[in-house]
Amino acid sequence: MSGTTPNSLWQWFDKRIGLEIVVNAAREKEVPIHRHTVWYYFGGMTLFLFTVQAVTGMLLLLYYRPSTENAFESVQFIMAQVRFGWLIRSIHSWSANLLVAVLFIHLFSVFFLRAYRRPRELTWITGMLPLFVTLAFGFSGYLLPWNTIAFFATQVGTEVAGVVPFAGSFLVRFLRGGNEVTGATLTRFFAFHVAMLPALSVVIAGIHLLLVQRHGMSVPFSAKPRPLKTMQFVPNFLLRDLIGWLSALAALATLSALFPSELGQKADPFAPAPAGIRPEWYFMFMFQTLRVMPAKIGPLEGEILAVTVFGMAAGLLFCVPFIDRQANTGRKNRLLLLSGWLAVVYILVMTVLGYRR
Amino acid sequence: MNVAAQLVLLIAVGQAPSRIDSCVQCHKDLRDNRLSAPVIQMQNDIHSGRGLSCVNCHAGDDKQSDKKRAMDPAAGFIGKPRPADVAPFCGKCHSNAEFMRAYNPAPRVDQEAEYKTSVHSKRVAEGDSRPATCISCHGSHGVRAVKDATSPVYPTRVVETCGRCHVDPEYMKPYKIPTDQLAKYMSSVHAEALFKKLDLSAPTCNDCHGNHGAVPPGAASVANVCGTCHVRQSGLFQNSPHKPVFEVLGTGDCLACHNNHDTSHTTDAMLGTDQQAICTSCHTDGAGFEAAGRMSRAISLLSERIGSAEATLERATQVGMEVSRMTFDLNEARNHLIDARVVVHSFSPNELEAVVKPGMDITARAHQQGLQALEEAAFRRKGLALALVVIGLAILAIYLKIRDIEKVSSEPN
Repeated sequence: MSGTTPNSLWQWFDKRIGLEIVVNAAREKEVPIHRHTVWYYFGGMTLFLFTVQAVTGMLLLLYYRPSTENAFESVQFIMAQVRFGWLIRSIHSWSANLLVAVLFIHLFSVFFLRAYRRPRELTWITGMLPLFVTLAFGFSGYLLPWNTIAFFATQVGTEVAGVVPFAGSFLVRFLRGGNEVTGATLTRFFAFHVAMLPALSVVIAGIHLLLVQRHGMSVPFSAKPRPLKTMQFVPNFLLRDLIGWLSALAALATLSALFPSELGQKADPFAPAPAGIRPEWYFMFMFQTLRVMPAKIGPLEGEILAVTVFGMAAGLLFCVPFIDRQANTGRKNRLLLLSGWLAVVYILVMTVLGYRR
Repeated sequence: MNVAAQLVLLIAVGQAPSRIDSCVQCHKDLRDNRLSAPVIQMQNDIHSGRGLSCVNCHAGDDKQSDKKRAMDPAAGFIGKPRPADVAPFCGKCHSNAEFMRAYNPAPRVDQEAEYKTSVHSKRVAEGDSRPATCISCHGSHGVRAVKDATSPVYPTRVVETCGRCHVDPEYMKPYKIPTDQLAKYMSSVHAEALFKKLDLSAPTCNDCHGNHGAVPPGAASVANVCGTCHVRQSGLFQNSPHKPVFEVLGTGDCLACHNNHDTSHTTDAMLGTDQQAICTSCHTDGAGFEAAGRMSRAISLLSERIGSAEATLERATQVGMEVSRMTFDLNEARNHLIDARVVVHSFSPNELEAVVKPGMDITARAHQQGLQALEEAAFRRKGLALALVVIGLAILAIYLKIRDIEKVSSEPN
C-alpha cells in the first residue's frame, strides 16, 4: 500500500475485491414508483430486524449459559445485573416478534402482488425458507430462558411433532434429545438457535438478496401509468428505508423500555403444568386449530389430520409460482386469490380465538 | 331345608359346600333387633373379613342347631360381656402377640394394659357401667379398621365419638367435668387444620389425652404433650424463666397463654405490653414487662419491614423490573420472622433479637434494591424519551435530505 488517504485506501481494496462493481450496481439500481411501492420496504425491514437479532443475540451470548442449572440464573443476571442487559434481551425478544410479523406481511404482499412469477420462482422459494427458519428460531429461542411457561410450551410444541405421520416419534426424540424435555433439549435448542439456524439463514438470505439484485424489483400488472416513474435505489430509496428502520428502532426502544421481557419462574420438570400454557402468538393459529380439532374425523385422528393439512399447505405455498401458471399473462387467478384471503382470515380468526380462551 | 339337603344341593351344582353357621342361621330371623342386627353388622366387620365368626369371640358351638347346645355356658359360651369384662374379652386376642401376628405382622398388643391405666377403666372397675370400654369407641359388631374413614376412631371422627358422652351434661353429671370441650375444640386452630385442611396429623382428642389410656393431662405434663408436635417451642419453654414459675402456679405450661381445647391462631398481638397482650395479664411493670415490650417491638418491626420491602419490590415488578432474585431472598427474612415467633418461647429478648437481626438485614437490602429498581425504571423512561427525540430528529433530517435531493433532481437544468 503506497498511501494512507481514504482515496488510496479505496483504490487498494478496489483492485483486490472490485468495490467499483458494487458501487456501480448500487448507482444503477432503480426502484419503480407506483401505488404498491410501499410493500418493497418490508424486504429491507426484514433485513434490518434480522441484523438487530444477530447483534443482540451475540451480546446475549456473552452472558448466557445453556444448562438447566445455569440458563435461568444467567438470564436473571442479564436482566438484573448486566448494564443494559435488560435492554438487549428485551430488544432481542421484541425484535423477534416484529421480524415474524414483518415476514408474514412481506410474504402476503409478494403473494397478492404475484411477484413470484417467472423468472422469480427461486426468489419466492428462498424468501419462503427464511420464514420457516425464523419460526424455528422463535420456537428454539423460547425455551432458552428455561422458565416454567417455556418448558411446558416446549413440551406441548414438541408433542405436536409426534403426530407427524411415520416420522413422528423420531422427530420428537430428535427435537428433545430423548423422550422428555430435559437439559439435553436445552442444549439441542441452543445449538439450533445460535449455530445451525443462523448459518442456514445467512446462506438462504444471501441467495435471496442476490436473486433480488439479479431480477430487480417486480412490478405488479396493475401498476400505472406506464412507463413507470422510478427512483434511484441510492440514495432515494435507501434513505426512505432508513426512515423505516429508525421508526422500527423507536418502536423497539419504546416496547423494551415500557414492557421489558418477563422471566417468570424457573422451570421445574416435576411441577404440574401451570394453567394457560400457550405458544408465541405466531404459533397460536396452529395451536388453536389443534385445540378445537375433534379427536376423530371419520377414520382419521383429528390431530394427525390437522398437522398433515398444515404440512400440505406449507408445501403448496412453496409451489405457488408453479401452480399459478397464468401469473405472467396478468389474468386473475381467482382460486389462488381466494385461497390467500381465506388463509389470512383463518390465521387472524384462530389467533384471536386462541387468545380469548 | 335341612343341612343334609343343602349339602346335597350344593354338591349337585358342583360348588364346594360353605360352612353352616347356626348362630347366623338363627339370629338373622329373630324379631328382636338387638339380636338380629349383629348378623347384618358383621358383614362389614374387620374380624369377619379375616375369617373370624361369632364363636371366635362368644365361644359356644355354631355347628349345633339346638340353641341350648349352641349357647351352652358350660361349653364356654359368653353372651353379652359386662362392661368390666369387655377389655379382657377383646384382650383374649388383642393382648396375645402370637395370635395377633397371624393377622398383622406388627401388632400392638398393649391396648388392654394401656386401657387399665385410663380413667375410664378405673371407673368401670369400680362398678360404673357408663365409662367407655373398647366397644364404646370401636363398636361391637361392624368394627372397622382404624385407618378406614368410616371407623368411629378415624381421626376426623374421633371428636364425634368422644363427644357422644362428653358433650352430654346429663350423662357426665356424676363426674363433675365440663361438657364444652367439643365446642371449644371445634373453634380451635387444630380443628381447622383437621377438618378444613384435612390434615390428618392435626391433633384430635386422643392425641393429647391418649386413646386407650385416656386421662386428662396433668399440669406438669402439658408441655410434654404439646411438645410431641411443637418440639422446638417446648424445648425453649423448658429452659425459660417461665417454666419454674408456671410449675409453682400450676397453670399448665402452654395452656397459660394458649388455652387447651380452644387453642386459637397465635398473633403478634398476644405478645407485648398493650392491654390485649397476654403478657400483661401477669406483667404490669418491671423486667418481665420490659422484656415483653422489647420482644414485641422486635417482631413487629421485622414484620413491618418485610411488608414494606414486599410492597416496594411489587411496585418494581409492576413497572417491568426484574427483582425476582430479591423477592426470593425475602423468603429468608420471612423464615427469620417465623423463627422469631418460635424463639418467643425462650422469653429472652436477647435470643429473639439475635434471630430478628439477620431478617432485618435482608429486608433492608431488599427494600434498597426495590428502590434502586424503581429509580432505574424512571431512568429508563427518561432514556427512552431522549432516544425517541434523537431518533425523531434523525428521521426529520433524513426526510429533509430526501426532499432536498428530489427537489434538485426535479429542477430543470
